[in-house]
Amino acid sequence: MVSSSSSISTLITAVDQADSPERLIAAVQALAAAQSPEGLPKLIEALGYNNPGVAVTAVQGLVQMGDAAVMPLLTLLDDYNYGARAYAIRALAAIADPRALDILVSAAETDFAPSVRRAATKGVGMLQWTHLSESESQSAQQRAVQTLQTVLKDDDWSLRYAAVVGLQALATSAPAIAPHIYAHLGHAAEQEADIGVAARITWALSPPESAS
Amino acid sequence: MQEPSLESNTAQSLDPSGQAGAPPLTVEGAIAQLTGDDPSLRYYAAWWLGKFRVSEPGVVTALIAALEDDSDRTELGGYPLRRNAARALGKLGDERAVPGLLRCLDCSDFYVRESAAQSLGMLGDRRAIPPLLALIQDGMAVAQRVPGRPHLVQPVESILEALGALGATEALPLVQLFLEHPLQRLQYSAVRAMYQLTGKADYGDRLVQALHSSDINLRRVALSDLGAVGYLPAAGAIASAAAENSFKLFSLKGLLDAAVATEGASSEAAQQVMALMDQLL
Repeated sequence: MVSSSSSISTLITAVDQADSPERLIAAVQALAAAQSPEGLPKLIEALGYNNPGVAVTAVQGLVQMGDAAVMPLLTLLDDYNYGARAYAIRALAAIADPRALDILVSAAETDFAPSVRRAATKGVGMLQWTHLSESESQSAQQRAVQTLQTVLKDDDWSLRYAAVVGLQALATSAPAIAPHIYAHLGHAAEQEADIGVAARITWALSPPESAS
Repeated sequence: MQEPSLESNTAQSLDPSGQAGAPPLTVEGAIAQLTGDDPSLRYYAAWWLGKFRVSEPGVVTALIAALEDDSDRTELGGYPLRRNAARALGKLGDERAVPGLLRCLDCSDFYVRESAAQSLGMLGDRRAIPPLLALIQDGMAVAQRVPGRPHLVQPVESILEALGALGATEALPLVQLFLEHPLQRLQYSAVRAMYQLTGKADYGDRLVQALHSSDINLRRVALSDLGAVGYLPAAGAIASAAAENSFKLFSLKGLLDAAVATEGASSEAAQQVMALMDQLL
């Protein structure tokens, strides 16, 4: 376990100086393994290197750091590079901290990149409400369900698919609104023209033993 | 990143307007533009009507007329409006477009022929089989690069894919010729068509092998091909391929549609594919 700040800066330098994709992945992996708050900005920067292997490694490191990574991810979100943004949103979705709700809602509804919207839509449904007080979580869940219902009407099948996945997760984590969600999905199933999305709704509505 | 060109399959890469700057159109506005005087607006309207699948009789009639357009020409003699009209007609599912698209197969513009071949494959009308076969009758000779141009003599990839989609078993001997073509992506088109025409797992497995190509673009082509043929045994390999999530998600969607069509929406096969898709969002 590396912990002193001099060794963290060595790990950061190694990321900056990596001269091949393999060395870059190894350097990012080492920095992620250190689990140091000082390494967070560099891990987040690595999401934008346009290298899927590096980005996936960095996402795994960020997700392992959990709560500590949430505020840096929110404040360093890349407004220009949608590839980087999609990875950051995936990390936030996996950490599932409700402080990310505003960003996820806004990305799900309005981001121009479908990949970002899909990740955010799923993430809205995956948030863990136990961090919040009861009244906070009620209003947050209302926002989440409204967002997912909006995305469920999108023209793009992949966004409707993501909305179904998000709604199914939300119904599990917020039992109070589950009946409303299942009724809404049942109605959407009637109107769904895409056979793949319709199948996903059917799965979301099927009994838990087969919905795993 | 290649993703935007994927999002609506291949059409968006042809979006002449770029991403954000395009004015939003209404159906009426697009029809008016398509039959108007401004070549760039006509070109854009043809693309837009296909992209949003505005399959109204008046739209189809106007697009069919645009297949004969002589006013919109490139410096090299190409017919941009015809290309976009041919692409759009494939998406609108109206078989009235077939005769006009068949005439496009004789157009001097490679890209008009390519678009027409793709659309004829999508429309599923077997009348297209003999003329498509005629274009590749000379085998490898039509799969040579045209000197000074970025394309082959004939749009062989699109023709092979159309023949596969049309279930043209009479094409088997010709399709087989291209299985060892030096261009990998053309090979994949032949393999994909062979799978559709024979249903043999050997061909599906060859596309799975292509997921391990060292070239990211070839891996993306293989993902697209596996999705197009809905080869269910490839699901796990697709999910773990070294490519962007979007490409893998869209490929798996092809498998999901195939699983639903053949085994039902609640089948185990469909649920296995969906479980993989959920992880790629």
